[in-house]
Amino acid sequence: MNEPVMTIENLGLEFPLGRTLYDVVQRRPGRVVNALNGVSLQLNKGETLGVVGESGCGKSTLARCIVRLYEPQHGQIHYHGQDIFEAEAKKDRSYNRRVQMMFQDPYSSLNPRMTTGQILSEALRVHDMRPANEIPARVAELLDLVRLPQDAADKLPHEFSGGQRQRIAIARSLAVEPEVLIADELVSALDVSVQAQVVNLLLELQERLNLTILFVAHDLRLVRHVSNRVAVIYLGRIVEIGDSETLFSRPSHPYSQALLSAAPSLDPDDKGKAIRLEGELPSPLNVPSGCPFHVRCRHATELCKREVPALLPRDGRGEVACHHVEELN
Amino acid sequence: MIDQKPILEVSNLCTTFRRGGVDLPAVRDVSFSVGQGEVLGLVGESGSGKSVTLRSILGLSRRYGDVTGEVRWLGQDIASMPERKLRHIRGREIAMIFQEPMTSLNPLLTVGMQLTETLKAHTDLNRAARRDRAIEMLDHVGIPSAASRLGEFPHQFSGGMRQRVMIAIALAASPKLLLADEPTTALDVTIQAQILDLILSLADEMQMGVILVTHDLGVVAQTCENVAVMYAGRVVEQGAVRQVLGAPRHPYTVGLMRSVPQNVPPRTQLYSVPGTPPSLEALPVGCAFASRCQNRTERCLTARPTLDAITDDRRVACFNPVAAEKAGAA
Amino acid sequence: MSDISLSESEATKPQKTRLQIALRKPGFLIGVAIIGFSSLLAIAPGLFAPYDPNFIDYNAVRQPPSWAHPFGTDMLGRDSLSRVISAYTVNMQMALLATIFALIIGVTVGALVGYYRGVADMIFGRFVDAIITFPFLVLVIAVVAVLGPGLINMYIAITMVGWVYYARLMRAEVIAQMGNDYSAAGVVMGYSDRRIIFRHLLPNAITPVIVYWMTDMALAILLGSSLGYLGLGAQPPQAEWGVLIAEGRNFITTAWWLSLMPGVAIVLTGLGFSLMGDGLADLLRPRG
Repeated sequence: MNEPVMTIENLGLEFPLGRTLYDVVQRRPGRVVNALNGVSLQLNKGETLGVVGESGCGKSTLARCIVRLYEPQHGQIHYHGQDIFEAEAKKDRSYNRRVQMMFQDPYSSLNPRMTTGQILSEALRVHDMRPANEIPARVAELLDLVRLPQDAADKLPHEFSGGQRQRIAIARSLAVEPEVLIADELVSALDVSVQAQVVNLLLELQERLNLTILFVAHDLRLVRHVSNRVAVIYLGRIVEIGDSETLFSRPSHPYSQALLSAAPSLDPDDKGKAIRLEGELPSPLNVPSGCPFHVRCRHATELCKREVPALLPRDGRGEVACHHVEELN
Repeated sequence: MIDQKPILEVSNLCTTFRRGGVDLPAVRDVSFSVGQGEVLGLVGESGSGKSVTLRSILGLSRRYGDVTGEVRWLGQDIASMPERKLRHIRGREIAMIFQEPMTSLNPLLTVGMQLTETLKAHTDLNRAARRDRAIEMLDHVGIPSAASRLGEFPHQFSGGMRQRVMIAIALAASPKLLLADEPTTALDVTIQAQILDLILSLADEMQMGVILVTHDLGVVAQTCENVAVMYAGRVVEQGAVRQVLGAPRHPYTVGLMRSVPQNVPPRTQLYSVPGTPPSLEALPVGCAFASRCQNRTERCLTARPTLDAITDDRRVACFNPVAAEKAGAA
Repeated sequence: MSDISLSESEATKPQKTRLQIALRKPGFLIGVAIIGFSSLLAIAPGLFAPYDPNFIDYNAVRQPPSWAHPFGTDMLGRDSLSRVISAYTVNMQMALLATIFALIIGVTVGALVGYYRGVADMIFGRFVDAIITFPFLVLVIAVVAVLGPGLINMYIAITMVGWVYYARLMRAEVIAQMGNDYSAAGVVMGYSDRRIIFRHLLPNAITPVIVYWMTDMALAILLGSSLGYLGLGAQPPQAEWGVLIAEGRNFITTAWWLSLMPGVAIVLTGLGFSLMGDGLADLLRPRG
């Protein structure tokens, strides 16, 4: 179970905003958005690693780095020991086949002018997955796999509901027989009852095809449900990572604690029990010094303002980046 | 909990849109009431008619479709009220906030101008008093250094802060009822919690009724006293939140509750309602949920169940409601 | 299964209704009719022209419209109607040849710079700025002046200037389409850039360009006949609407029909293209 498929080390990515006239007059460099800051994690064979955090925290950027839509300025990503950003590796399209991504918006991730059948057979053809004469049969198989009826092959994306479109996107990814699936907010745009259908399908497919999944989402209940391990990201840094059940039942980092208790419970009796965070997520343009969370943290001290806490292992509780984790728990 | 005489009474509200020559029954026979200081949740999935219901109350739907039924506001029917008279109620007595705080503020006007504009329309305050009141409102909704932020434009505020500004504008004229259309859907959970707390405390303080439209059952559980669950344009279950969510009786409510992965063993198959909601163009003759329902009988396909009281203030529209004990276990 | 059954009824509907909606608009129908008939005249003018357009009859000079000569005759006694009809060949050719290469070049360049951005896009941007500051006609005349008058040179001149407008439109549309995740999905699927640009982005981005093309064909006829009028395009005795108007200019007070009839042909064809473009916009828009 613990065989690493992918290791991410110290990943850092900044988006330059360009130098404005004001910057030039002030003789200072243009501003940058700090999207990722020293993210390290390991993705193990067959597991689901959940990634949670608020919008703008860098979780989608991380997903997009993994599939090489963005190239990070710092750090490395190794896939089975191979650096994916090395010049030689970048030409290798088989990486794109082995590591697939699925997107949030089911209305924009499918080409509106191609039928489901065309979308799936294109993927099969480009990667030579099947000889030409076996492609229709494989398309039928894929539709079956994601529980879409056979006549779906001749329809255009606009003829499907959001949930069905996400099934098509899943089928497209599975067409090239990947090892790793990156699900970026796969079900966030769907209604609750449909969400459950798609999540069930994903879990079932993972079991059947021995897939490794990185599940990026802001819905904590969903992440808890599908993940083996979870990483909590705040302003481009992992603040806590560990076994899903432990992290959700006994979060160690003050941010994880606040985030988890902010998710509205279905039980009206939980009213008023939640920890309320003060203030807003600081802009990634202007990341606070020291611990990025200190401006919103009730337990922050002078030390937190000065020094960035390292992500350190706690006995049997995963890894936590907090100066005061021992006193707080 | 509910005040003895409601401030808003909606009865048999129906809204029909016409598109390409086809009638779309967006809202059908919706009835409910809201008392002073009461927070009512309208919950449902996309296309269930919850937002249209909210808009129909304020007469915003009649420009696009046909609205029938009665909307009694403090005793007078506002569903048939002419636009000119309705304008005195909108914003002053009944205010509304929307999902997208980005687009419901005018990007070209400062926040202060948009706030004082509302005050000018609905109060007799003079210029200086309006400014004072605007600062007071921003302060009230938790915007730090309110006075200095009056001159800023919407894009200088974060999503959560914009929603606070929207709330400040909505509440500027001290309305007695707030209609909130998915006010926190676009926000992060920690900010959502702040905004919901704010709405609740203001409702309590100003003795203002609130109708909260949302798709999130968790939000309903944490903020509302009463709830109406909508499906395909109709209310299918209605009652006190504690009862409806604690022991849902309509199979759709049960399905919705069980689809949420809470208190389920991780990585197991979730309960899911099969299929998708019917399209409004082709609603079945019987119960709209029948095709997805496990309790379906012959009768469900031919006749439509009415929303009947099962106890004093608990209503369910189902021929075969889920037994109370069984639902509680789910 | 029940998942899909709801959209079952819609499955065959959309395509049909879209064509039906387009055909229900009288404007689109009129446009198609005008352009269809114009093309027929252009391909086989001999079938419709009552006389040989170049037959000179000094006994019938500048006759007013009559049953024998519905559009009258010109200063050489040639039948005006036959000349206007035979001009369809060259004027419709103008609409096509002056624009088609601009369309192809513009679409390709626009798609490429829109997709790759970077330095090429910056250079393209400056170039567009430079071209667009000049009035179109002045630029075309300048190019014709260098190359020399004549139809072929006129096509080259219009193409050299005109492709920029197509490219600009295409670039903007491609960038807008790239905001949709299907292009990122293509990258993630390991598709080649060529496939993503031409198979995925182009079909979705081209609709406004096609609509612009329709208007541009009308403009090309207008521009071509302007140049013909100025003596920089088609050369007499070739029958071309601009040339015909120029020939009639000296007799405008006495033989008004000589200039009026070719003018009507220009207006009518231009109207046809515009009406057709409007309808196409509805027809080509993707659903959903």
